[in-house]
Amino acid sequence: MRRWGLAFGLGFLWAPILLLVAYAFSADRIPFQWGGFSLRWFAALAENERMLEAAWLSLRIAAGSATLAVLLGGLAGWALSRLGPFRGRALFGTLAGAPLVLPEVVTGLSLLLLFVALQGVLGWPANRGALTVLLAHATVGMAYVAVVVQARLAGFDRSLEEAAADLGASPFTVFRTITLPLIAPALAAGWLLAFTLSLDDVVVASFVSGPAGTTLPMLVFSALRMGVTPEVNALAAVILAVVGLLVGLAGLILQRSRRNLPGAG
Amino acid sequence: MRRLLLLAPPWLWLLLFVAAPVLILLAIGLAEPAEGVPPFLPPIGWEAGHPVWQGSGASLATLTEDDWYALAFLRSLRVAGMSAGLCLLLAYPMALGIARARPSRRLPLLLLVLLPFWTGFLPRVGAWIGLLRDGGWVNGVLMGLGLVQEPVPLLYSDAALLIGMVHAYLPFAVLPLTAALLRLDPALEEAAADLGASPFTVFRTVTFPLSLPGAAAGFLLVFIPAAGEFVIPSLLGPPEAQLVGRVLWDEFFQNRDWPLASALAVALLVALILPIRLFQRLEAKP
Amino acid sequence: MADPLLRLEGVTKHFGPTVALDGLSLEVQRGEFVALLGGSGSGKSTLLRLVAGFEAPDAGRILLEGRDLTGLPPHQRPVSMMFQSYALFPHLSVFDNVAYGLRREGLGRAEIGRRVAEALAMVRLQGMERRKPHQLSGGQRQRVALVRSLVKRPPLLLLDEPLGALDAGLRERTGFELRAVQRATRAAFVMVTHDQAEALALADRVAVLEAGRLAQYGPPQELYDRPATRFVAGFLGAANLLEGRVGPDGAVECPSAGCSLRLSEPPPRRPGEALTVALRPERIRLLDQGEALPPANAASGVLRDLAYRGEGWVALVALSGGQVLRVVLPGVASPPPPGSPVALAWAAEANIPLAD
Repeated sequence: MRRWGLAFGLGFLWAPILLLVAYAFSADRIPFQWGGFSLRWFAALAENERMLEAAWLSLRIAAGSATLAVLLGGLAGWALSRLGPFRGRALFGTLAGAPLVLPEVVTGLSLLLLFVALQGVLGWPANRGALTVLLAHATVGMAYVAVVVQARLAGFDRSLEEAAADLGASPFTVFRTITLPLIAPALAAGWLLAFTLSLDDVVVASFVSGPAGTTLPMLVFSALRMGVTPEVNALAAVILAVVGLLVGLAGLILQRSRRNLPGAG
Repeated sequence: MRRLLLLAPPWLWLLLFVAAPVLILLAIGLAEPAEGVPPFLPPIGWEAGHPVWQGSGASLATLTEDDWYALAFLRSLRVAGMSAGLCLLLAYPMALGIARARPSRRLPLLLLVLLPFWTGFLPRVGAWIGLLRDGGWVNGVLMGLGLVQEPVPLLYSDAALLIGMVHAYLPFAVLPLTAALLRLDPALEEAAADLGASPFTVFRTVTFPLSLPGAAAGFLLVFIPAAGEFVIPSLLGPPEAQLVGRVLWDEFFQNRDWPLASALAVALLVALILPIRLFQRLEAKP
Repeated sequence: MADPLLRLEGVTKHFGPTVALDGLSLEVQRGEFVALLGGSGSGKSTLLRLVAGFEAPDAGRILLEGRDLTGLPPHQRPVSMMFQSYALFPHLSVFDNVAYGLRREGLGRAEIGRRVAEALAMVRLQGMERRKPHQLSGGQRQRVALVRSLVKRPPLLLLDEPLGALDAGLRERTGFELRAVQRATRAAFVMVTHDQAEALALADRVAVLEAGRLAQYGPPQELYDRPATRFVAGFLGAANLLEGRVGPDGAVECPSAGCSLRLSEPPPRRPGEALTVALRPERIRLLDQGEALPPANAASGVLRDLAYRGEGWVALVALSGGQVLRVVLPGVASPPPPGSPVALAWAAEANIPLAD
């Protein structure tokens, strides 16, 4: 029974994706109807200026926010896992985990109101756009990275770090030579996670962005509202391929690193 | 001391970008709508050197008096509940399949479940649009097989909405459930079988009760974000079905009534506090 | 001999390239207490799982009361198993745990209540019905696991290292209680253990498994006094192994021990052939000062190490031929200090010729 359930579930998840990729190569104007093999929609994508601009913008925002997310989320995850009770730990933990459970519309709206308030009080940010989207995405990404780092740190116990200290390493050296290498895979996976989340987000970006900051998802969303076109299909196929590759990489990194855990594998 | 210094960047960031926005949200919910940019009057203004209350409870009043908003809330909670329930139904056999598989197969199977989630949310919704359209793939197959003469209206319906939701959120339900099932000691199920329980009875009396926390976590992990979901209902759902996410978006972008949108957001948060606390409590248990 | 309760015929089981059981044949009588003894990887736990039905043999048959169990799922086999980890259901009370098997049989509430109360009383756990497993001590959990399986009155109970999780002090006493329960219920017990002292103390018959094969199977004393192979000799208690060659007159010459052996029976090998003889440390005695060295079954050497064990002394004696013998002396002896020259002697009956 369960094997059928698993097969059905996986089929349900994958069928639309595989169909989408297959029909991206269809020459027919009408999406999801087969008209012979063709790459014309991919070619059309490459010539679509607006789309290429949005894609480039999204990639830069994603990379920037992911990097920020890893720095902040790494510290947050490490603090929650290794610092023991410190003042305000409960609040810190709640705030760090909030973006994970808040509905996107709430996150988006509240961040926009923040930027507006800041503008009123400080005069910055003068214009909302790529920067504000980057900051918003970093905030959300940080929550995910913190979770991944915490999970990774939970997997090996303090005795490694304590042994290093006992052998004469200062706290910073311990962090540099022991902790960091061990959580590096989690940080890498976290970066990829935050990156794909940023590339995928439409709600938060719509709220906090401005006139010059149209991201790719925002573009795709407004296109989809009007119905599916073959270009959108082809675009979806490309996004799928890129993200799929990144995720496969993350999975490989995590799997290979698991062998380094003491007592694992 | 040095360690506490390391805490400073995330602390400050969280206070500025998580705590402050929520507080501002609360404040704006109490603001008075106005013309201009931004389209509201700050609830606390300065006049002749001292703060003055300019806020109004008008938005809150609208929410409570106008039935429409309450209906939108209830509809959202109902859709979220159904989506979470359907996800769990499908997730159980999947999680059982993964947990029982050979250890070498487990990670690839999990990746297969997670990968769709990571391949971009919009493309997948787009795929469903293409599939369910009147001129789309499903109708094409149905008509091609001669089962129907005319295209069946599948898109822009409650069914399409639920399909889209389950497709998007299924991995969220599978993961905690799989984790819970993996933590189960296989000796317990063997002991039950040894004492005479048929496979289904083993599931009913041992596996299911002991995996309940994982199932609850999976349910909540879908329910909480689904309650405020906006993209899927607007792309796949019926136009008349107003869900909270959509209402908030429209109030904000179309009516430019920021205070009302904020009040709605706060109401949504309040409605979700209980499920969120429940979820955190479930996750805290080892 | 009566028909055996359990019979294994040529049972073989592989796990990938590893052979867990290799053509094993064994029988267990009704009401018998059998211990399966062996090191890790010897296949003993696999055997239990095959009988319980959690694994299927690659070859061979398993017959219970004459009935072939092949293909029968665990919940339909009239065999009960007590797991090493006890596997008590954490979400059920002690009462519900013990009643679980009875409920599956469809018994009535009154009957179930009676039998559970009876079972708990047998192991002195009456009054604990409402408790949950995590509220019990290790010993209490072990008893609940035991009666949970026994309350179904199975003809055969399989026990996987039942005393393994208990601390040393509790182990011996619990072992006696286990045997008392077995006698009272008259079920056949097949107990897997790696602890040879436990097996010798509790079982009616002991089966020693080596690399998936049956090395020897018989009453404990037979295995101890007349081990068939080196492995069995070394596994059950310590044994000194003397390598020698059979001489023309039936004596066995052991150059490395620097001695000559006379057996109590004709040697199983012909003159000129090699023979290994096992000698238990406690059968060797220390000759007094001035006592003459017998011509056979005696050796001289230097006392190298001495350890006091309370109930006895363990001495390592380096013989003139180079071999080191382990000797156990009674606690009241006053052995000479290490470094002293000593002479050892033993009876002819203490020599155990080994088949391999």
